Amino acid sequence: MITAERKPLEELIDYIRPFRRLLLVGCNECVTVCAAGGRKEVGLLASGLQMALLKAGASIEVREHTLERQCDPEYVEELVPMIDGVDAVMSMACGCGVQEVARRFKDKPVFPALNTKFMGASERQGVWAERCQGCGDCLLGKTGGICPIARCAKQLMNGPCGGSTGGHCEIGDDVDCAWALIWERLKALGLQENYVEITPAKDWRSGGGGGPRKIIREDLAE
Amino acid sequence: MDNFEPVIVAFCCHYCAYTAADMAGSQRLSYPPNVKVVRVPCSGKVDAMHIVKAFEKGADGVYVAGCLEGDCHFKNGNSKAARMVAYVSKYMEEIGIEPERLAMVTMSAGMGYRFAQVATEMTEKIRRMGPSPIHAAIATGKAA
Ligand code: SF4
Ligand code: SF4
Repeated sequence: MITAERKPLEELIDYIRPFRRLLLVGCNECVTVCAAGGRKEVGLLASGLQMALLKAGASIEVREHTLERQCDPEYVEELVPMIDGVDAVMSMACGCGVQEVARRFKDKPVFPALNTKFMGASERQGVWAERCQGCGDCLLGKTGGICPIARCAKQLMNGPCGGSTGGHCEIGDDVDCAWALIWERLKALGLQENYVEITPAKDWRSGGGGGPRKIIREDLAE
Repeated sequence: MDNFEPVIVAFCCHYCAYTAADMAGSQRLSYPPNVKVVRVPCSGKVDAMHIVKAFEKGADGVYVAGCLEGDCHFKNGNSKAARMVAYVSKYMEEIGIEPERLAMVTMSAGMGYRFAQVATEMTEKIRRMGPSPIHAAIATGKAA
């Protein structure tokens, strides 16, 4: 999933200070799962913003709405009946949702309430960790299902580096060395020959180096 | 805000603090009427939203009362509640409400005396702190 975290309240207050009526829009997908921008966080933020402004002698009317998915125009359309009644929109979706709302409502200021962080998985309750950087040419089939792009600090194609110690990455003892994990997993699978094979430098055009990426499914595209 | 009487909301677990409140009653122990008790099935059921809404509506103090450590009827609801309370305290700081206005306490069903004592101490602490900034802002808004 895409993970995110709420921005500091102070920054959000600065965005909305000039406005009287705000539409706070959540998203029911990834950001709900990582407890950053679902219906509940929308409610908490709406209360927090109103209280912080009330305390400062100002006031704002916050209308709350959570969309099924904020990165799809069909769902963003649901905001049409509400949009005229507000001066600005604050989105609690990932950056994709924020941009979809901004694209649909060109004359309304749209602010992000979250910092979008990474594509990750839940390690345990309340903990999410980076797993994939969307490089566009997945290597997991060769690396025992462990990603050296997202999980190796140096994005080494042929690791580990000299800093790998006791399974930890040299950037910190709380970070696993991706290449130590890869080696252990390949050993367990009896696939050590994958490791011996030298992987050439990665062609980053598929990973964003060739400009913004797009997927077109011709059978579905209208 | 002369003669300030704080409004305190206490979210009390059915299996301990709420029963302790009953116990306090049958022991004829008095505690301040400022404390409004909300019975919950487990302290772990109290959500950040309940606490934040209480402050938004003008509560001057809030506490969550769960079972003694290791004694939760639902295994670990009280420790979850304690983490949630710590999390909300940080959010209150961001909003500009003193986090001391929020507390997590524990007690057993038989501790009628402790229930009354906690209610009294919390009320006195909040009385000394004065109205919450939100309560004060609501009052100013109404007066204006
Ligand atoms: S190799 Fe690329 S696509 Fe595969 S998990 Fe890593 S970053 Fe994602
Ligand atoms: S220690 Fe391991 S994970 Fe860290 S940079 Fe070196 S190879 Fe990559």
